[in-house]
Amino acid sequence: MMRAPHYLLGLVLALGLAAPPAEDSKLRDLYFGEALFHVYQGQYFDALERLDTELAQYHGLDQPELDTLHYHINDAEFCVGDFELNYRMHRRAGRAIKAVLEGAVDEVVRNEAAYRLARIHFQKDQLDDAQLALGRIQGAVPEQIRDDIEFLRANIDMATGNPSEAVKVLEQLHSAESLAGFVAYNLGIALLQDGRSQEAIEQLDKAGRLAAGDPAGLAIRDKSNLVLGSILFESSSFERAKQSLDRIRLEGPFSNQALLRAGWAEATAGQYDRALVPWNLLVDREPTDVAVQEAMLAAPHAYANLNLHGRAALMYEHALNLFNHQIERVDASIGSIREGRFLKALIREESRQDETWVIRLRSLPDAPETYYLMELIASHDFQTALHNYLDLEDLRSKLMAWETSMNAFDDLIELRGRNYEPLLPEVDAKFRELDSRMRLRLEQRKHLGDRLQAMLTAPRPDHLATAEELNAGERLALIEKQLGDSESPASLALRQRAANLRGALTWRLETEYHQRLTAAYAHLKELNTHVDALTRQYDAFVRTRQAATHSYVGYDVQIERLCGSVGDALERVDTLMARQGEMIESVAISQLEARRERLVDQQTQARYAVADSYDRAARAQFDQEAR
Amino acid sequence: MRLNIGIVSLALLLCLGSAAGGAQQPAPQKAPTKAPQKAQEKTPQKDQQQQMRGLDEEVQEIKSDVLRISEELRLLEEKLLYPSGTQVAVFVTLAKGDSMRLDAVRLQIDGQLVTHYIYSAKELEALRKGGVQRIYVGNVATGDHQLEVVVDGKPQDGADFSRTERFTFRKEVKPKLVALTLAGPDSGNTPVTLGEW
Repeated sequence: MMRAPHYLLGLVLALGLAAPPAEDSKLRDLYFGEALFHVYQGQYFDALERLDTELAQYHGLDQPELDTLHYHINDAEFCVGDFELNYRMHRRAGRAIKAVLEGAVDEVVRNEAAYRLARIHFQKDQLDDAQLALGRIQGAVPEQIRDDIEFLRANIDMATGNPSEAVKVLEQLHSAESLAGFVAYNLGIALLQDGRSQEAIEQLDKAGRLAAGDPAGLAIRDKSNLVLGSILFESSSFERAKQSLDRIRLEGPFSNQALLRAGWAEATAGQYDRALVPWNLLVDREPTDVAVQEAMLAAPHAYANLNLHGRAALMYEHALNLFNHQIERVDASIGSIREGRFLKALIREESRQDETWVIRLRSLPDAPETYYLMELIASHDFQTALHNYLDLEDLRSKLMAWETSMNAFDDLIELRGRNYEPLLPEVDAKFRELDSRMRLRLEQRKHLGDRLQAMLTAPRPDHLATAEELNAGERLALIEKQLGDSESPASLALRQRAANLRGALTWRLETEYHQRLTAAYAHLKELNTHVDALTRQYDAFVRTRQAATHSYVGYDVQIERLCGSVGDALERVDTLMARQGEMIESVAISQLEARRERLVDQQTQARYAVADSYDRAARAQFDQEAR
Repeated sequence: MRLNIGIVSLALLLCLGSAAGGAQQPAPQKAPTKAPQKAQEKTPQKDQQQQMRGLDEEVQEIKSDVLRISEELRLLEEKLLYPSGTQVAVFVTLAKGDSMRLDAVRLQIDGQLVTHYIYSAKELEALRKGGVQRIYVGNVATGDHQLEVVVDGKPQDGADFSRTERFTFRKEVKPKLVALTLAGPDSGNTPVTLGEW
């Protein structure tokens, strides 16, 4: 049983592709290596196409065990599923992984396949299927995915409304260093779902204090603190909420929300001056952020509560201007999307040079529509939609190139036909003549070979006589015939001489027989060399002749069919692209409209608050002057 | 790092779901603002999600179909342009653990330049990870042929280098696969090794 080396099994993990080949894994199949070459560059389509072709050829062989892919067949079958998963073909990936599951593979491989299948189902919200797949895991489990399996099991339990089961699983998972932050956070959430609020708070507190080094670990720690801070705030534990929120990094993805909530924790406790510290920090940040926009109103609200109405009025005015400007930007974004610029920005080559293209969209010039969409873009379904749109664009480019190839093939075939057709009849006629001569010679050689073979068991010295000897023999026979049966002394003397001569001839043939037989075999062997060279030439000619015909005959039907398939596929891709693009645009616009609605609401609040604050400031000034 | 992105994204997905749904995060803001988040309506969002998933299924189908076309096209292309009787394919691979920066490879078959390939950083990385590049496919007659390989590159801490190696390969009736394993001067390995399939 061949065990898939980790570098191959790990391919499913987009970042795991960097894993080098295992020391003991020697690549035997060049085309499999070529598929990996594409995968390592993120070219999943090319990799899949290469590997699918290889696998189809392999499975069509009479003796697949003689093929070089045989050394990697299990890896290859596994990789197909991985590549499909990375190319967002979950259905086919599921089928490929199921095939591995049902194939004759060892327990470790089967369990890994089951885990992957469960993960696909989970990602697709097919929770029952995910549980079934996990249920198939039995016996030896690869060490490196042991914790991942349990983590997934807990996730599924939580998603299916079994938080108590999830708690049990997650409590056993503390040893997994790489998962520590996620396990700790999810355990807190599971406890909360299970109604064990106090334990949940304690758990989230632990999760919010875990040491973390990598960005993912730091982010989940911040998230734990944010959730904990919110829970504590709701239960009016403002001081504890503030402590938790203070642990969130100022530059992390949750820092804006943390600053906003920290401010609210202070303000709700009546500490408006202290609330101003995080809010004033927040108002200078990216103005498209929800929390920043919230703080634009919250900060002057705090000043107003501190009776600093003049300052509040100025800040409300600033907020009003900002909301006006932001509404204009949102309107511009909506307009831009309706003009199709968002989709154009998406497919711009420079926007997707690397994996962070989604993030960098924001910095693209002429793409204001992305300002308000970062949250949306980060969502799984929307990302899938964006990637699908790009994949469709790639497919469209390929199909268009193939259409051109088809025309080129047609031209090529026609040219070959025009070149060969006048030549081939003459070539064929000459070949037929040579062929018949060659067949005759080959027949003669075979006859000679057979006679020599027969002489090994039944010696025939006369068959090895030279031409001179044959001639002498014939002449003797003629003389003997002419002498007849005459009893005259002269005839007797002549017959005696003829008999002596025949005896001499027979003596020579008999005594030299073995030597001659050996020489005949040597000559036959020499002849064989020539015959072999001739046969090779003959075969080469036959192949070349066949290749000439094959180079232009018999492609019409296939090319016509392929042309049809390419055309149909192109049409479907165009339709799908339009629908996918429309969907992306419509989701983006509805998101923007929601944000616009919110901004208009805030604008109204700001407008009212400006007037109110100026009134209050004027009244305060009037009161002060009156005193 | 074994913490894979799959797990991270899974965890984050759950985190987002749990935090939003399970944990029922409180909206801390009081007067004068209203709750800012979750401005979108739930039902249209669900509908859109359903539609997106439906489209995703269709996209998966068309991908399958295009892959099938691509496979058939490749086989047709090979049959038409590189019939097995004359086909020769040259592959390039880097020696395991080699750290040289491969810039370019030039190939000559029987004195004719057949390819001059310049490597991108991505391609070099893919080679370093163990990928095999099919650098050239062409046609030659059966019999012996001369292959000249020129490798231009740079060792990790050294000056540019260029190595030329010459080989003879024999083309039989079946397709000929030639694999070139390249190694930098630092590795102590032969700069170019020929393997035949």
